[in-house]
Amino acid sequence: MSSPKTNPLEQHPLPSQVVKDDEPQLVAAAQGGNIEAFETLVERYERKIFRLTQNITQNREDAEDAMQESFLKAFEHLSEFQGNSRFYTWLVRIAVNQALMKLRKRRPNEVSLDQDLDTGEDTIPREVEDWGPSPEDRYEQRELSGILSEVISELAPPFRIVFQLRDIEELSTEETAEALGLTLSAVKSRLLRARLKLRQKISRYFRRSDNQ
Amino acid sequence: MNCKTLVIELENYLDEELDPSIRASIEEHLMKCKKCRVIVNTTKKTIEIYCNSEPAPLPEETRLRLHQALSKRLRRAHPST
Repeated sequence: MSSPKTNPLEQHPLPSQVVKDDEPQLVAAAQGGNIEAFETLVERYERKIFRLTQNITQNREDAEDAMQESFLKAFEHLSEFQGNSRFYTWLVRIAVNQALMKLRKRRPNEVSLDQDLDTGEDTIPREVEDWGPSPEDRYEQRELSGILSEVISELAPPFRIVFQLRDIEELSTEETAEALGLTLSAVKSRLLRARLKLRQKISRYFRRSDNQ
Repeated sequence: MNCKTLVIELENYLDEELDPSIRASIEEHLMKCKKCRVIVNTTKKTIEIYCNSEPAPLPEETRLRLHQALSKRLRRAHPST
């Protein structure tokens, strides 16, 4: 049986990852017609939602459209938000749908999230290179963002999207499965493959150099 | 526990969703196998780097277009505000 996701790394969360205490109040105010409250929520999440739509669609114009449509849709359906999950999780699900629609429109033959994927022997990494300590510190923030975007874009959509939802947006396995219409075991197998593939691809930037 | 089984269980190990006895045998294997240790540590680090990465600021023109579209829609819904 699966349990809600816990961060295995127990890192100190960044300020942006902490659930803001005022979110329920802002949502309630927005539901009551307070425009400024809704705008505050938009400003809080616009960067994350744009990264999400960008990572799914891999197309700047589609990502912008999907982000804009997500916030408009969220506003239109705000009265239906019952508070059973975080507002952000609800918003992510809307954004995933919008982004997937764009992606399927642009690449109709390429995007089938529930296609049967090989999970055989090639899951086992062949090349294993160790990294130096804090390898991300070798790069400026902007450069690191570029590397992370480039590497994730090399994954096929079924892996990229599951990784995005589970490990970047921190949705649970159950929430990810529901958002994508996949079974729990399909989410888990795609996530494992995505994590291992990303690890391998990102190693070219982070592997230990000879003088470390 | 061998390297192949460890990789199969890696997903549940990373997400702390394993039976304690399987977890213990993974950790025992990790003590002995450097290759698996590197795989586990660098996979954890990959997740950590992505999880902690801050999204880049929105390009200014993208932000402007978003807020203009929202403003138009929001004020149409609530003309008095």
